[in-house]
Amino acid sequence: MNSKEICDQLNIKKQCQRYGLPLWQCPQFLFLIMGIIIIVIIVVSYLIGMERIDDPQVMILLILVSTSILVIIDYIIVHSFEKLAESTRMKMEFIGIVSHQLRSPVTNLKYALEPLMSGELGETQKEQLDYLAILKQNIDRIQELINDILVVSRIQTGVLNFKKENFSIVDLVEKTIAETKSISLVLNITVNFKKGKNIPNIISDSFWIKQALKNLLDNAIRYQKGKGEVNILLEKRNNNVYLEIKDSGVGIPRADQKYIFQKFFRAKNVLKKQTSGTGLGLFIVKGVIEKLGGKINFSSKENKGSTFWFSLPIKLNKRKQ
Amino acid sequence: MKISNESKKILFVEDESALQTTFGNMLTKQGYEIIKAMDGKTGLELAREKKPDLILLDLILPKMDGFGVLKGLKEDEKTKEIPVIILTNLENTGDVQRALELGAMTYLTKANYTLAEILKKIEKILA
Repeated sequence: MNSKEICDQLNIKKQCQRYGLPLWQCPQFLFLIMGIIIIVIIVVSYLIGMERIDDPQVMILLILVSTSILVIIDYIIVHSFEKLAESTRMKMEFIGIVSHQLRSPVTNLKYALEPLMSGELGETQKEQLDYLAILKQNIDRIQELINDILVVSRIQTGVLNFKKENFSIVDLVEKTIAETKSISLVLNITVNFKKGKNIPNIISDSFWIKQALKNLLDNAIRYQKGKGEVNILLEKRNNNVYLEIKDSGVGIPRADQKYIFQKFFRAKNVLKKQTSGTGLGLFIVKGVIEKLGGKINFSSKENKGSTFWFSLPIKLNKRKQ
Repeated sequence: MKISNESKKILFVEDESALQTTFGNMLTKQGYEIIKAMDGKTGLELAREKKPDLILLDLILPKMDGFGVLKGLKEDEKTKEIPVIILTNLENTGDVQRALELGAMTYLTKANYTLAEILKKIEKILA
């Protein structure tokens, strides 16, 4: 082990980043804290022992025994935490590698299908086109799933990187609405956008905010009961921008609400209606918004609709990982 | 279109034979001359020898990875001016930044672009 490796081992912040955990949950940090607690206990027992126990040898023996027990317990607890954190990290790394490996064959399929469908290789019959369209839809689905799994693994291993750029959140919302227009028209859903006064540009990551908004808007449009509407509200609130997406859709059953931001979770009423969907969207949305320093929540009533909202700081101060 | 592209040579460094076929066919149809390399080392040698007008470079390659090829290209007087498009499935910000710092002209993630979109980018660079 060279000096750099030793320094890295001693750098608690770096070790915690490896696990993708905040400092207070990190095994190395807990070890340090418990060490400090043990030292405090030794000093306190020594002071109490000085007053109450006459024989210094008995006192030292007592302190040594109790300290040894504490150190052993400390080691066992921290070691178990470390094992847990390591196995989570390895699992996420594994998912990342597998997803990358899956991406290549899917990309090959996508590129091979493109000239077949565009008609540049000769005329394609209607029936052939129908089958090619099935292939394309399913390739897109696999690709979407792989992309989502990769993002989840990045969120959990703390390696999702963000850019800091100055952009108009109003433009971003309008652009996202325009991009979902084709689905909202087909499903007969009216999307209304109401914006407050003096909404400033924000400094954050436009790509990821757009992904989050698109996901929420897509859910609001898709999970409706026939004709319906989605109302989007954008406001400036103190040092944040607040965005609300309210739909008149199927809503989330009360019993399912606490699981809604969990990975691979899909509400029972939605599963009956629509079986496709990865169940990763809201987990990613929450991860992204929180890593950008924002907050997200929702309220919902089954058969009445759901309202999701998030707030984001106007200026992203530091890169949260 | 075909006549104007005839003299343009594109080196495609990619170890996936499926992509060599799809991209190769598309670019040949547009009138470009395609030079294929299935690994990084051959890619770098062919770049020095054939002096292409553009290089499409994958990052995960046998023998020498795309970063190594890029570094080699940019260190060599004969090849340093050739525009390089990175075409990969890696999309970590670190990889993108490293490739751009090493002198790549643009960085495209395969999963996010269609053939037609990539062709447009190539045409724009070679115009």
